[in-house]
Amino acid sequence: MRANSGWDIRLDGLAVGYGDHVVLRDVNALLPAGEISMIIGGSGCGKSTLLRHVLGLQRPMAGTLSVGGRDLFALAGRDFRKVRRRMGVLFQDGALLGSLTLGDNVALPLREHTGLPKATVRQIVLHKLALVGLADYADYYPNQLSGGMRKRAGLARAIVMDPPILLCDEPTSGLDPVNAARMDQLLLDMRANFPGMTIVVVSHDLRSLDAIANYVLMLHDGTAAFAGPVDALRASDDPYVRSFLDRRADEDQRTGVSLAPEVQQALDAWLER
Amino acid sequence: MSTGPGILAPVTALGAATLRLLGEMGAMFLFLADGLRLIFASPKQIPKILNQVFVIGSKSLFVILLIGVFTGMVLGLQGYYTLVKFGSEGLLGAAVALSLIRELGPVLTAIMVTGRAGSSMAAEIGVMRITDQIDALDVMDINPMAYLVAPRIAASLISFPLLTAVFDVVGILGGYVTGVTLLGINEGVYFYRIQSSVEMADITGGFMKSLLFAVIVATVSCYQGYFTHMRRDGVGPEGVSNSTTSAVVLSCVFVLVADYALTSFLL
Amino acid sequence: MKKYSRETSVGIFVLIGLLCVGYLTIKLGRMELLSDKGYTVHARFTSITGLRVGAEVEIAGVPVGRVAGITLAPDKPVAMVSLRMQEGVHLTDDVIASVKTSGLIGDKYIKLSPGGSPDQLGEGDEITETESAIDIESLISKYVFGGV
Ligand SMILES: Nc1ncnc2c1ncn2[C@@H]1O[C@H](COP(=O)(O)OP(=O)(O)OP(=O)(O)O)[C@@H](O)[C@H]1O
Ligand SMILES: [Mg+2]
Repeated sequence: MRANSGWDIRLDGLAVGYGDHVVLRDVNALLPAGEISMIIGGSGCGKSTLLRHVLGLQRPMAGTLSVGGRDLFALAGRDFRKVRRRMGVLFQDGALLGSLTLGDNVALPLREHTGLPKATVRQIVLHKLALVGLADYADYYPNQLSGGMRKRAGLARAIVMDPPILLCDEPTSGLDPVNAARMDQLLLDMRANFPGMTIVVVSHDLRSLDAIANYVLMLHDGTAAFAGPVDALRASDDPYVRSFLDRRADEDQRTGVSLAPEVQQALDAWLER
Repeated sequence: MSTGPGILAPVTALGAATLRLLGEMGAMFLFLADGLRLIFASPKQIPKILNQVFVIGSKSLFVILLIGVFTGMVLGLQGYYTLVKFGSEGLLGAAVALSLIRELGPVLTAIMVTGRAGSSMAAEIGVMRITDQIDALDVMDINPMAYLVAPRIAASLISFPLLTAVFDVVGILGGYVTGVTLLGINEGVYFYRIQSSVEMADITGGFMKSLLFAVIVATVSCYQGYFTHMRRDGVGPEGVSNSTTSAVVLSCVFVLVADYALTSFLL
Repeated sequence: MKKYSRETSVGIFVLIGLLCVGYLTIKLGRMELLSDKGYTVHARFTSITGLRVGAEVEIAGVPVGRVAGITLAPDKPVAMVSLRMQEGVHLTDDVIASVKTSGLIGDKYIKLSPGGSPDQLGEGDEITETESAIDIESLISKYVFGGV
């Protein structure tokens, strides 16, 4: 059933923003089913905002967004919820419910949407927590964990219903190299085990890009600077793509380290007191 | 015609503020209607409601006992020194019981619970909003209104009348302490006067008030937290703190206005 | 370490709350759970100013019933008061019912002064001898402006 279910995500001339403030415009991209697509771009360029639109949390200012071949924002009520139930999401900061333990957080979708017996729920929860290396932390509350652990728990919750679409906002940021590699491996395993699963990962992490991405959507300067397979990205000679991949600061965006002399003097005068 | 700065500017500002308030009240009303409907959405609501009864009711019980006793004691003192001038100190029981049952019980309970539970509803839901927890519920296809708001409204409807009843009874005992124990009114007269003056209508009126206040406090507090991100006077933690403040201030104002309206309707 | 579980403390809260609701409604509000035993008699008064439903009915200062209803008599513009008497209290047919005030500004109540007739009143009977409320205001004004 799940194989080739075609849960790809297509953005057509999408413009997104808040109020009158346009963050991204004219974004065209296809995030194909069965692949890991990575959305990359500088901090604050609108990656999380774009993700919120894919989730249907915000309406686009223009353009269409289709999920599994259906225009997400033309759907209403049950149909809309049906599509959205197919998405598992890891928010940037985990977004675990602070009043529940990790175990209860991960169990929440199962408890709300299924009639599974308690013992089965417990087994599923422990299994998913073990996948992200948190089997021993089922009884901890989110604020008793580090940021990286919360993120991993968020992923466990995202995959608890075996969704055909998995969206992750920066799954590896804040993780040590070992756990980051483990997270990447987990995403690769998900792709291998669930053929046809659409995995979308927002990241700045170049090592993850190398390790897992098949498709890339690069955002820059309020629009898509690149959208396509990762090999094409590497071959690109677009200056921003190059500076991003080579981890160089944009020449024209560099600011001198020193303050203006009179400002520095004023600051020094205070610091010496 | 432009309404630039001029003599009309304050009037325009007043008009804008009035329209905003009316719009806000309409939105709160719809919010309440949605919340009430979702109380009965599924049997899975029951444990959530009981949990909120714990937060709103059980945790407020102690403070209500305390405030109730002292309110009753003060009423006993004040009432005594007023009535004694007319030689009618025998009426103290009636004065204490009627003020508590008709007015002070429901109102002070609502205000205390606003301070204890209303503020924490607004803060908790507000924090959930700014840390994407409400969005997370939404994308898990768990209706945040059903998960967060409906149980709080239901639990308030259960807790407020019970807390009010506790407040009334404890307050009557507080009045007994000052009136009978300290000031030496006859014990039998105190209770006899209460029984002969309190009517069933007073008691049902008091409970109607407390139900209305439950709805007001829960709706206003949840609404302020739920729409923290829409505030124009602050974002992030500052927004949450402003939401909490508005929740308490608006709840108290609405409770007192509604109290006046309902009292004039009941009498 | 929690001393009580959540359920226990909710249980305690609800129990205490319901006890207080019960006290208020049953004891003070006089909600009658069981149908009360007793009988009702009627009495006509020309004026009952200040008398309220629920007021006490006394014989020699002992409470023996309550005012159950106040209406205008169907045939004449006089007040028709129903008195709900406790079981076991016997009224003779020449009993006198009067509206009295406890203290100068206190509540109104009904005082029954038994007579000596051998015939007893039963359910639905009417008391013929009544004394209406004394209008304290007019008494005071008579005293103040003379003419007592
Ligand atoms: N609630 C909001 N209201 C108005 N503007 C916002 C809001 N949230 C984000 N923005 C703006 O939208 C732009 C994109 O923000 P977004 O969070 O999508 O960035 P991002 O690419 O996810 O960055 P990061 O990599 O740091 O997470 C930013 O310029 C930000 O100022
Ligand atoms: Mg982001």
